[in-house]
Amino acid sequence: MFAYLFRRTFTLLFVLLGLAVLIFVIARIVPGDPARIALGPLATAEQVSQLQEEMGLNDPYPVQLWTYLSGLVQGDLGKSLLTSRPVMDDIMGALPATFELVLFTVVLQVLISIPLGVIAAIYRNTWIDSVLRVISLLGVVTPGFVLAIILQLIAAHYLGFFPVTGRLDPGIGFSADVTGLLTIDGLIAGRFDVVVDALRHLFLPAIALAAAGIGQVMRITRTAMIEVASRDFVEASRAYGIPERVVTFRYMLRVASVAPLTILGLEFASLIGNAFIVEFVFSWPGIASYGVRTILQKDLNAVIGVVLVSGVFFVVANLTIDLLLGILDPRHRIRAGRGA
Amino acid sequence: MSAMNDPDAPVHGLTARQMALYRFRRNPLAVVGTLIVFSVILAAVFAPWIAPAPESAGSFVDFRNRHSPPNWDNLMGTDNVGRDVFSRVIFGYRVSLGLVVGVLGVAVPFGVILGLCAGYFGGWTETIIMRFTDIMLALPPLAMALAITAVLSPNLINAMIAITLLWWTWHTRLIYRIVKGQMNEDYVEAARVAGASHAHILFRELLPNCFSAVAVKISLDAGFVILFGAALSFLGLGVQPPTPDLGTMVATGSEYLPEMWWQAVMPGLAILYAILGFNLLGDGLRDMLDVEL
Repeated sequence: MFAYLFRRTFTLLFVLLGLAVLIFVIARIVPGDPARIALGPLATAEQVSQLQEEMGLNDPYPVQLWTYLSGLVQGDLGKSLLTSRPVMDDIMGALPATFELVLFTVVLQVLISIPLGVIAAIYRNTWIDSVLRVISLLGVVTPGFVLAIILQLIAAHYLGFFPVTGRLDPGIGFSADVTGLLTIDGLIAGRFDVVVDALRHLFLPAIALAAAGIGQVMRITRTAMIEVASRDFVEASRAYGIPERVVTFRYMLRVASVAPLTILGLEFASLIGNAFIVEFVFSWPGIASYGVRTILQKDLNAVIGVVLVSGVFFVVANLTIDLLLGILDPRHRIRAGRGA
Repeated sequence: MSAMNDPDAPVHGLTARQMALYRFRRNPLAVVGTLIVFSVILAAVFAPWIAPAPESAGSFVDFRNRHSPPNWDNLMGTDNVGRDVFSRVIFGYRVSLGLVVGVLGVAVPFGVILGLCAGYFGGWTETIIMRFTDIMLALPPLAMALAITAVLSPNLINAMIAITLLWWTWHTRLIYRIVKGQMNEDYVEAARVAGASHAHILFRELLPNCFSAVAVKISLDAGFVILFGAALSFLGLGVQPPTPDLGTMVATGSEYLPEMWWQAVMPGLAILYAILGFNLLGDGLRDMLDVEL
């Protein structure tokens, strides 16, 4: 297990280094001078050359790359031209909001999709299965922003219970200082009004974000459960008189959960990506909102930072899923170990 | 080998191809998907002749008729300057399908060739190509596409470039896996012993075995490229007005929610319709050709 962990972490570092270099190359090969882009067409030549000097754009590329990489190692992503604060501070300020949204989304995905997938498998080829199949299909094909708008329309304007923008009601004075996650910090502080309000704000964006994954994972869970149902150990457990509930949820689901977990891991990529859209629609003050704002302002340092942080997030999420799979299914450990 | 075990042997007097077609026709969802995809393609190709108000595709204005709810003259209502939303949706499919053709037309051949080389040559070629692919796959696609289009200035062509740069990786990985599985097959060995060139083995022996997987992948991809392009435009980083684009229409229309819902919801449903079609078609093809992605 440790050798496996070591090897995986090593690969991870390698991928992260590649990612950093690749982003550097993309940011530098694009046509146009970053300083000129940042300052806009009205800036004078002196202003531009001053900013070029400040950003180190006059150094040769290898030197720039070295400065950039050694800055990265120390958590320095340069200064944002939009907020004139260090990009790292901006991102760290926005990250908890995104993290909370993504975390809540994954929880929703697991809680909704796996039970529904199991139900679809139990009642396969009945009307229940058909209804669930349509739901999962709609989840997969509905674009996040379309769903977000439809949800806003239905839930907010016709029911009024779920707020359509922001993380917390401005009337509630509370700042999340411990973890940055409003729900967790609210619990720690014993402020249940905060927790409830944060959950209300989380619900719609999380559903909009979760839909695609729910559809996919539901389908995969169904297939996996049906496949496992024909194995001998299931028949044997039943013959022992073990209750059906235990057979289904403890024995079968453990074996069948490998495929859905893998997909959930891969979904992380699209979660962060789709978060850009969903945060935008719901004015969620997260890293994606920051990303879109800085992209529109052509704030290159900030854009690089956002892409890099989302890349790291994705890679780490995948590693976590990989390790989880290794625990669930020892064969995976060996297979992945050889492959890497 | 007995005839029973040969998957290509005629069953009930049907050839493999007829069996596949039969399976496809018996799958109602696949047929629905095919019909949807056909309707979208027809709409895109014949847009100027089909659209009830072709002038709405441009920067036409008719302020007396702005914000009309759906009615017989304007099936999907009109937008903030009085253009027919239905006509704009039809023209919007042109942009969407243009994006699909542009992106997949470059990304698929590129990805397939890299996958073939990585799987066939192995060694250093494999390591370099597959590690690079891994890194590209580690990039959050939408964030990357946003960054690229933003730096290159947002328009349709740059959106296409950004999506293409990220898309080939999936095909490389898919083909690589298939080729790896085929390398131990006798026919590859036989071709090699017979003195076939690398190019011959790659393109005449291995490539045909990848066709069905690529076909399924392309069909599923098409929907996601549409989704991706629409998302970029929705954020204002793709197609620029007045070109009728579905994502841009949703974005503009969402300013008039909730009262004038049709301006955002109708183009949104149009995107959903197209993606649904390509997905059903892809699923149907997957069952028909019996491939695993």
